[in-house]
Amino acid sequence: KVPKPTKASSKKKVEEGVDTGDGWDEWSHGKALTKPADQLELTEAELKEEITRILTANNPHAPQNIVRYSFKERSYKPTSVVDQMAVHFVLEGSLLHQDSDEARRLRSSNDLIFSETATIDTGAEPDEEKPETPEAGEEDRPDSVASKTDKKEPKLTNQFNFSERASQTLNNPLRERSCQTEPPPRSIFSATANQWEIYDVYVEELQKQEKNKEKQKAIPSKKDNEKSKKKMMLMETQGDDFTKVGKASKIFERMVNQNTFDDIAQDFKYFEDASDEFRDQEGTLLPLWKFQYDKAKRLSVTALCWNNKYQDLFAVGMGSYDFSKQGRGMLVFYSLKNSAFPEYIYPTNSGVLCLHIHEQHSHLIAVGFYDGCVAVYNLKEEGLEPVYKSTAKTGKHTDPVWQVRWQNDDMDNNHNFYSVSSDGRVVSWTLVKNELVFTDIIRLSVNGAVSEGPEGLVVQRLTFHKQIDYLFLVGTEEGKIHKCSKTYSSQFLETYNAHSMAVDAVKWNPFHPKVFISCSSDWTVKIWDHTINTPMFTFDLNAAVGDVSWSPYSSTVFAAVTTDGTVHVFDLNINKYEAICQQSVVAKKKTKLTHIEFNPIYPIIIVGDDRGYVTSLKLSPNLRKKPKAKKGQELPKGPEVEIAKMEKLLSLLREPEQNAV
Amino acid sequence: MAEVEETLKRIEAHKGVIGTIVVNAEGIPIRTNLDNSTAVQYAGLLRHLTMLARSTVRDIDPQNDLIVLRIRTKKYEIMVAPENGFLLIVIQNPCE
Repeated sequence: KVPKPTKASSKKKVEEGVDTGDGWDEWSHGKALTKPADQLELTEAELKEEITRILTANNPHAPQNIVRYSFKERSYKPTSVVDQMAVHFVLEGSLLHQDSDEARRLRSSNDLIFSETATIDTGAEPDEEKPETPEAGEEDRPDSVASKTDKKEPKLTNQFNFSERASQTLNNPLRERSCQTEPPPRSIFSATANQWEIYDVYVEELQKQEKNKEKQKAIPSKKDNEKSKKKMMLMETQGDDFTKVGKASKIFERMVNQNTFDDIAQDFKYFEDASDEFRDQEGTLLPLWKFQYDKAKRLSVTALCWNNKYQDLFAVGMGSYDFSKQGRGMLVFYSLKNSAFPEYIYPTNSGVLCLHIHEQHSHLIAVGFYDGCVAVYNLKEEGLEPVYKSTAKTGKHTDPVWQVRWQNDDMDNNHNFYSVSSDGRVVSWTLVKNELVFTDIIRLSVNGAVSEGPEGLVVQRLTFHKQIDYLFLVGTEEGKIHKCSKTYSSQFLETYNAHSMAVDAVKWNPFHPKVFISCSSDWTVKIWDHTINTPMFTFDLNAAVGDVSWSPYSSTVFAAVTTDGTVHVFDLNINKYEAICQQSVVAKKKTKLTHIEFNPIYPIIIVGDDRGYVTSLKLSPNLRKKPKAKKGQELPKGPEVEIAKMEKLLSLLREPEQNAV
Repeated sequence: MAEVEETLKRIEAHKGVIGTIVVNAEGIPIRTNLDNSTAVQYAGLLRHLTMLARSTVRDIDPQNDLIVLRIRTKKYEIMVAPENGFLLIVIQNPCE
């Protein structure tokens, strides 16, 4: 009975171990779930949960976390794709492809075997063993037969006694031989293609073409281009190093001066004295640059002239008024742009007494000397000598030449100028080709008649009328002024008893055709109407008046300089009796002012003194007044206004005279 | 030639002028009153600047050309002018 339950129990165990069938019976019988001890405890919900089971082709044994080192990213990277193939069974077959080498070899050997066995088979069939051994034996024979019959058949390597032997020959040592040629010379070249480079090349081409054309036409000389005077430099073409920067150095000198005298330059251009508004009618003179040349220190300024074309250029004649101190002289040109050094310097043998720059051809300067010579300088020419000079043969004066004046070109288009000298002659000089031809215009004498007597008039000053070409005035050392005409060489048209001492300056009014001004060492300045014998205005300046000059911008403004170093500026429109400006312009009281000139366009004046200095001064606004326009009316411009202004003044004077008469 | 020499001397003697340098076409200072190393330095540096300035001016209008280049600094003023391949440099202290 014991074995029975054991059987039953064993049977039970067996039954439990079995999956289906019997287990079901157990369960249905028992109705009591017997859980194994280690079964997972799940809730009811969890038991009912549906779990899907998916059939995939993934190999569960395939590794899923293979990591490879990536050199690109320099880190370990998990490989995502992994081989999912799982090999379960491998069996190497014994089939050979019929075209493979091994198969061919076997086939060739088998053919022989089959041919042999075929014969043997027909012979002894029943015995199975026999064909085997002879087969085996014949196997050997076909080999040897094959080796005998067919030599072409490749020798099969015998696995038993095949041995391979190799030998190596001597390797020649390698030697490297190289040859290097000289590298071609290299240079780095870089260029830019700019608009201007292209332009330059075109211009060069054009010039070459033009040159060729000229050569073909065989023109001997080329016209000199009219270069502006300031840019003209004495440039030598010898390839000297420095001359190439000649132009630049000139500009630099001016720049350096501009920097140093910056405030003066600014004043010159922009400063307008605002205090003039409070000064009623008076004005002031603002000192600007001072010009001096070392080598001309002992000389006094004897003549000043502005250049019409280049209004910052002016000429200074240096010499001496002193009879006893006669020596050399100088003709010096300054530009306002460079106050430190003159632009042009011409030393002369005798003192310069007067000069005049041609109005149209501003490179021609006529100069009169103390020794009676006259000369014409050409600024365009290189060299320090005048282009024309009068000598004793060619009619030079016997006394100092006091005034020279250019005239309009004559009918042959030759330049000509007049000169006046103490020997009483008024001479006209014409530049004919390379010569200076003189013509005596008038011989002035005391009586007014032509006389060659020793007592000629000491004529000192000469001035030509602007519009009326033939009319001119001469002032004498005796104080008289004579009105003469070029056409009447024997007589004066009129004589004015102007002054008690020598007439220092006589000048026509630039606007009004009838008015002229004269000044003298008798301390007076007088304004005349040439139709009337007596002066219109007389001014007493308390010192000998060296020079007087009309202003170019107003018919009623003029300036005078005296030997006490004062500049007097008058505006007849504002004040008929007094100067509107009296200012001392030189430091040392003993300096005498010798000449004064107004600049044609800028509101400055230059004043020369007897120490060789030239001072430039700016006129304050009060001195430059133009007539104010009435409200609503346009301000009329032009010389007519000026003439009218003067006329008004004169009429005021004439009326009382007429009334008085 | 003498006149240029005189002009340069006058510029050098002018108030406030520290020095002048004349540089030839190869960039070597041929005349200067500064010491050599300074001159060479100025020459080298200003050469490029001047070429650039000139190129700028001419790019805008090929018929135009540079005359002077002025560099005003705190301490002084440098003025450069290219001419005929040469370079003229002046250094001036304008305010004494």
